[in-house]
Amino acid sequence: MTEYFTSRDFIVVIVKIVVIFGGVMGALAYLTWIERKVSARIQMRPGPTRVGPFGLLQPIADGLKFLFKEDVIPTNANTFLYVAAPVVSLIAALLSFSVIPFGPWLQVTDLSVGLLFIFAIGSLGVYGIALGGWASNSKYPLMGAMRSAAQMISYELSLTFSIVGVLLIANSLSLAQLVASQQSTWLGFIPRWNIFLQPVAFVVYICSAVAETNRTPFDLAESEQELVAGWHTEYSSLKFAMFMLAEYANIVTVSALATIMFLGGWSGPLFGPGWLQAALPTVWFVTKVFIFIFFYVVLRWTVPRFRYDQLMKFGWKVLLPLSLANILVTSFVVAIS
Amino acid sequence: MIQVLFFFFAALAVGAAINVLVQKHVLYCALSLIFMLTAVSVLFILLRADFLAVIQVIVYAGAIMVLFTFVIMLLNLPADEDGADRLRWLKFIGIPLGLFLLFLIISTLWNVEPPRAPSTQLVGSPQAIGTSLFSDYLLPFELTSLLILIALIGAVVFAKKDL
Repeated sequence: MTEYFTSRDFIVVIVKIVVIFGGVMGALAYLTWIERKVSARIQMRPGPTRVGPFGLLQPIADGLKFLFKEDVIPTNANTFLYVAAPVVSLIAALLSFSVIPFGPWLQVTDLSVGLLFIFAIGSLGVYGIALGGWASNSKYPLMGAMRSAAQMISYELSLTFSIVGVLLIANSLSLAQLVASQQSTWLGFIPRWNIFLQPVAFVVYICSAVAETNRTPFDLAESEQELVAGWHTEYSSLKFAMFMLAEYANIVTVSALATIMFLGGWSGPLFGPGWLQAALPTVWFVTKVFIFIFFYVVLRWTVPRFRYDQLMKFGWKVLLPLSLANILVTSFVVAIS
Repeated sequence: MIQVLFFFFAALAVGAAINVLVQKHVLYCALSLIFMLTAVSVLFILLRADFLAVIQVIVYAGAIMVLFTFVIMLLNLPADEDGADRLRWLKFIGIPLGLFLLFLIISTLWNVEPPRAPSTQLVGSPQAIGTSLFSDYLLPFELTSLLILIALIGAVVFAKKDL
């Protein structure tokens, strides 16, 4: 057993975990900056400008502020679950990064069922929201948690069904193999990405992913006009920060999954000297992920919110039948060819 | 290494299972049950049945238990303080039945061959499970699907009285 802890494999895994964890946490902090900047530009404001050049040190200032704020626990809250809820949320959100391939070598572990692992962890994330809303023992959080969970359960269906088409084509559940199946090109210049084979699944996935991450136009769970802030109304200080980090981590996860499944993951043109060739796949991957994130941020600040019945109708009567039809057509084509 | 992990998660699973029985508050019981299911899924991973482990989490911890927790939260049931008194007569049935179950488990375990070491190959791969589901177990599989479909339609009929 001690041999394993001093072996090269173990050290490599530890280094990978440190690199990915550090990178993701940094990216999450700066996502708040991106969100604030983009939203400000959309609303003709300058956004954060005071702390550092272009307000670039704002996330650090925000983090410090969260650390030193008073940590309020409501009197009638269930203290144990109230404290546990943000932890559950954050752990569930961060665990999925352990199987995401950031590059050909930058992946902590490639599970044979990596894709299902992400969905399993995601389905556990619901508990963070539900427990947080319930343990606060207050009306708005409870309403928000109920809405959020109903929404997440409804949209999880179409989200999961939308990827079945991709799985049928790739014939694998491992994320590394999903990327590998999209490496070559058609006619020498069109990349063999699943977005061209599965456009319907792509649209369904993108819509359901917005709903899964509880963002506008599907942010019924925290619609501030009705519910103050939804399930995290009673949370303050570091616990609120953990909820927010988990939310942004979920956005990164769904964007990374979209990249892996529909945009060929880390595939892209390789050129230059050896070190550049080693680094380029990760650069392509991060670029693609950021395109999705940017899309989600712009979407949040430009589209009004759905009504609750519209949300449920859209999920059950539009997205679900679409994804089912897509599975049918794809299985026929795969079976014939 | 695997043995250490096995004993750790087996202990967690047993502890959580006992906690399900001991806890007074229904919500804590449900949460312990989720904990137990997740710990058992780790045991599946140690047996190289990754697919089963993930499905266990998705179906039980992620789907069924979410509904359980929600019903408990919405009803906001108080902690069960005096329930034991009302159900006192159940002891007279419960203890013999429990002993009978214990006897069944022990007699079954007695006849089981000693477990083989976990194979290095993935026995529970999605391909293997899919193949056996749609060849050896086709009839049970289809019957189960039919049963679930009937339950679904029944639920819709119950929920909507004027169809």
